[in-house]
Formats: sequence, C-alpha cells, structure tokens
Amino acid sequence: MNLVELQDVSKNFGALKVTDAVSFAVPKGQALGIIGPNGAGKSTLFNLITGNFAPDAGRVTFLGQDVTRRPAMDRVRMGVGRSFQIPQPFEGLTVYENLAVAASFGRGRSEAAVTQDCIRILEDTELLRLANTQAGALSLLDRKRLELARAMATGPELLLLDEIAGGLTEGECQALIATIKRLHAQGMTIIWIEHVLHALTAVVERLLVLDFGRVIGIGAPDAIMASKEVREIYLGIEA
Amino acid sequence: MAYRVVTRTRTGSIAGVAAIVLIIVGFVLPAVAPRDMIQDLFTILTLLTLAQLWNLLAGYGGLVSVGQQAFVGIGAYAMFAGVILWGMDPVLAIPLGGLAALVLAVPTAFFAFRLQGAYFAIGTWVIAEVTRLLVAQWKALGGGTGTSLPREATSDIIGVEAIRSLFGVREAAARDILAYWLALTLAALTIAAIYWLLRNRLGLALAAVRDNTEAAKSVGVDARRIKWAVFLIAAFVTGLTGALIYVQTARISPDAAFSVTDWTAYVIFIVVIGGIGRLEGPILGVIVFYVLQSTLADYGAWYLLTLGLIAIAVMLFAPRGLWGLMSERTGLHLFPVQRRLLAIDPMSGQQPPKRGGPDDQ
Repeated sequence: MNLVELQDVSKNFGALKVTDAVSFAVPKGQALGIIGPNGAGKSTLFNLITGNFAPDAGRVTFLGQDVTRRPAMDRVRMGVGRSFQIPQPFEGLTVYENLAVAASFGRGRSEAAVTQDCIRILEDTELLRLANTQAGALSLLDRKRLELARAMATGPELLLLDEIAGGLTEGECQALIATIKRLHAQGMTIIWIEHVLHALTAVVERLLVLDFGRVIGIGAPDAIMASKEVREIYLGIEA
Repeated sequence: MAYRVVTRTRTGSIAGVAAIVLIIVGFVLPAVAPRDMIQDLFTILTLLTLAQLWNLLAGYGGLVSVGQQAFVGIGAYAMFAGVILWGMDPVLAIPLGGLAALVLAVPTAFFAFRLQGAYFAIGTWVIAEVTRLLVAQWKALGGGTGTSLPREATSDIIGVEAIRSLFGVREAAARDILAYWLALTLAALTIAAIYWLLRNRLGLALAAVRDNTEAAKSVGVDARRIKWAVFLIAAFVTGLTGALIYVQTARISPDAAFSVTDWTAYVIFIVVIGGIGRLEGPILGVIVFYVLQSTLADYGAWYLLTLGLIAIAVMLFAPRGLWGLMSERTGLHLFPVQRRLLAIDPMSGQQPPKRGGPDDQ
C-alpha cells in the first residue's frame, strides 16, 4: 500500500516552475531519499506534502485520502511529521516540554497520556539525559536530535527529514544515522532530503533526483548513482 | 527506569502558602488601615491586574498590544451605561464592562491579527483611538466632556451599608473598601487563572507559539486559535477591571477612560521593568512603579523622564526585567511552570535522570 502519493504535482512562484509535474509514491515502511542541486525544489516538495504550500496542479494522496487541499495542521494530526532544515526548537521550553507539546497537540491527547511515549522517544534519540535542559542551550547535534524527536512525538506515519545531517561532524553524523536507521527498522516510513550522500545511502531503499523541479531519476541508490544523467547534472562529473 | 513529570517545587509551595496568607491579610486590612492606604492599594491591585493581562498577551502570546485602553474604556463606559441608562447597581454592572470589551475584541482581533509585530501594536492603538472618538459622540453619557455616576446610584451600592456598620466608617470610605475588596479578588483570581493556564497544556502551546510560530504549527498547535483565545480572555478581564476602576472613581470622560498613558504605557512599564513572560514580573514591577510614583510625583516632568530612563536602562542591562535578573542569580521561581522529568528510583526516592550517551559533551 502506498502511504503517500503525488500525481503530476506542480507549483509555480510567479513564472518560476519550482515543482514541475512531479509524480512518485512511497509504500508504507519504505525510506526514500531526495537529492538534487540547490534550488532544485526539494524543500518546496516537502512543503507540498506537509500542506504548508498548496499545489497549483496535481493531487497529493496520504493514507488513501486526497489531502491536496487539507491544511498543514490536519495533516500533522493524520500523521505527517517533519523536521526543519534549520533546527527550530522552542527555545524557552525544556527538551522534554518540546516533545510534550508536540505529542499532546500532534495527537490531540492530554499531557499525562503522552508522557511515557515522550520518554521512550527521548531514549530512542539519546536525549533523555538532557530532558530538563532548555532547548535554547543545546549543541547543534542535540538540536538536530530534538528536531527528529519532536517530529516523532507527533506520532507520524510518515517522517519528513530536511537535511538533518547537514553541518554535523563525521562522528555526529554516524550517531544520527544510527538513530534514523533504528527508527526505520521499526517500520517508520521516511522521506529524507540530504546533501550528505553517504548518510542517505546508508538508510534509504530508493533515491529520487530532482533538478529544476522535475524528477530526473528514481530507483535503487546504486542504479541512480551510476546513471549518466545524474552524474552530469547532480555530481557535475563529465561522463 | 520509571519517570514522572513534576511541576511542583518547594519554593513554589511556600510561595503558594504565603500568597494565601497575603490575600487573607488583604481582606481584613480595611479594619485597621486608613482610607488613603486602601485607595492606594486599590490603584496598585487594578494596575497589577492590567499588567498581568498585558503580560499574558505580550509575554506569553507574543501579542504586543498598545491598545488595551480600548477595553478599559469600553468596559468603564458599559458600566456607566448600565447605571445611567438602565438603572443598574454599579457593582452589578461591572460584568457588562467585561462583555462589552469582549464584543469589541472580536472586530479588533479580526483586523489587528492581519498585522505583524510593530504594525500590530500600532493597529491596536488606532482601534483604541477610533473607539474613544466614537464613545465621545455618546451624548447620553456626557459626550466628549464625560459624566458622573448619579448620587442615588452610588449611595445605595450593594454591600456598602453592611461595610459601614461593620467598620463604622462613612459611606464614601465604605465604597472604597468595597472597591478594594473587588480589586483584590479580581487580581488574585486573574493571577490564579493565568497560573493555571500556564501549567495546563495550553501553557505549553502558548510558549511554543511565542518561541516559534511556524514550528508550533508543524506539531499541530493551532496558533491562530490560541492567539484569539488569549486576546479575548485578556480583553474580557481588562474590561472588568476598567469597569471596576470607574466604579471607584465614579466620574468618567473619554480622555481619561481611553488614556494610552494610564492604561497601557504605565502597564507596559510595569511589565518590562518587572520581567516580561513571568508571573512574578508584574508583581515586582507594580511595587517598583508605586514606589517611584510616590517618591517622584512632586517633580512633574522629571518623574516621567525618570520612568523613561529606568525603562531604557532595564531594557538594555536586564532584558528579562528585575525579576529575571533576580531569578537568574538565585534560581528562584515563585510560580513554577516548568515540567521536570524525575526518575523514580525504588531504592532512594527520586533523582534527576542521568544517562551517559556515546557523545556526552
């Protein structure tokens, strides 16, 4: 079963086609990586899936329902969780409170009902030791972890990760990959935008290449990385 | 290991008990205190209520309104209308003030919420001025020059007779005591309600919206609805406060009731120097404000200049206000709202969570 499906989705900013008739589907339990040069429209694609942008044409289906016109808030509650490219923690709240607000409002449950879930997610993302720390005082790695943890707290069926490995050192990156791998192994469906290719290929089953808003390739990572077109456009390697 | 979430602290419990004692003392105070002290306390308590509400708006809701005088004024005028036009008891007409402010808050929010930041502030101010100009056309309530509560309405306010015989005071003093008790009740209930709100899950949502509206929306918080709720609640109670202030004053004019200086600028001063975004801030702020006012009131323009300089100094050197400065140094929180995760260790009670990660830093 396809968890999320885009059919001929287009989005224009003025005369600029940022998303150009994009179609793809992600089956439940799969991890899809999205790569492409800066300005290819990757983050816009995310905003179309989360509902922050409405497409000019095409259809977005989530859990078998047409959500094209559904506002972002509804989609969070249906199970679309996202992390931001630049971590956006609630700085005045503690790490635990960041999760509590996401879990409580993302699932429409009382604070007490989500406490144990929040603790489990803190454990999974190795943030438990920082539970009572103010989010504004976290290091970059821990902010990235908090992005991931907070998205998880909303109880997502689909997890959208936007360049979550960017800016981390090699060691930190490995720690984060291990966490994401674990979540995926537990059955989480993931769409992941990333420039750090080895992080992506360590987790995802399929890669999608975006250029000028169009899908120029989708398939197994090995096949994609070997394709002439991708190497030319994305990696800038003369074939 | 099992964990539980705790908000309560020892200081918080002590502060809670102290607050209850203080409220009880406040209620019996008129038995011993002179009339001018009761009047001063009335002013302090109503300013404190207004400051707590503005703090809720700006410090928690991120809504920096410079138009709260609209709700003080409309609340006061609604109370006057109840008394003069419909022959109501002034005290019983106070709820009308809250309702009128609530009704005015709906179109105000509708327009002002389209504006962001400084534009929102100016927008609310403009709406307050427009309301003042409209109310000044209300001839039955004195138009631009204003009017007074009729003698027969103030002479038999509910409860005044009982207070007169209880304390053996004149009617005017008894009216002050009644107004003071109402102000004390309103201030205590306002602080208690805001405190409850902040400890509730709505408090978390408010903080999330204030810290990062986009991120709050992305985790399912309906930022728009929360801002509406906060704005309407603050308007309603501000309207009640306005009505109460003018029950005590018994004389109203559009310029006084819609004064941006008295009902918004001083209130912002109190919140900013006390500490924005904290319940303790306005309490400390109103005390500082009162001390400054009573020591500098005779110096005319110098008084306002001094207030301005102090506000600037606090904003530059203690952006979290005097209370912020104090609680940073001492770690003191009289009204704890932070949730803390504590491990329940079956052997030795509780201890904070400790766990080393592979990349402890």
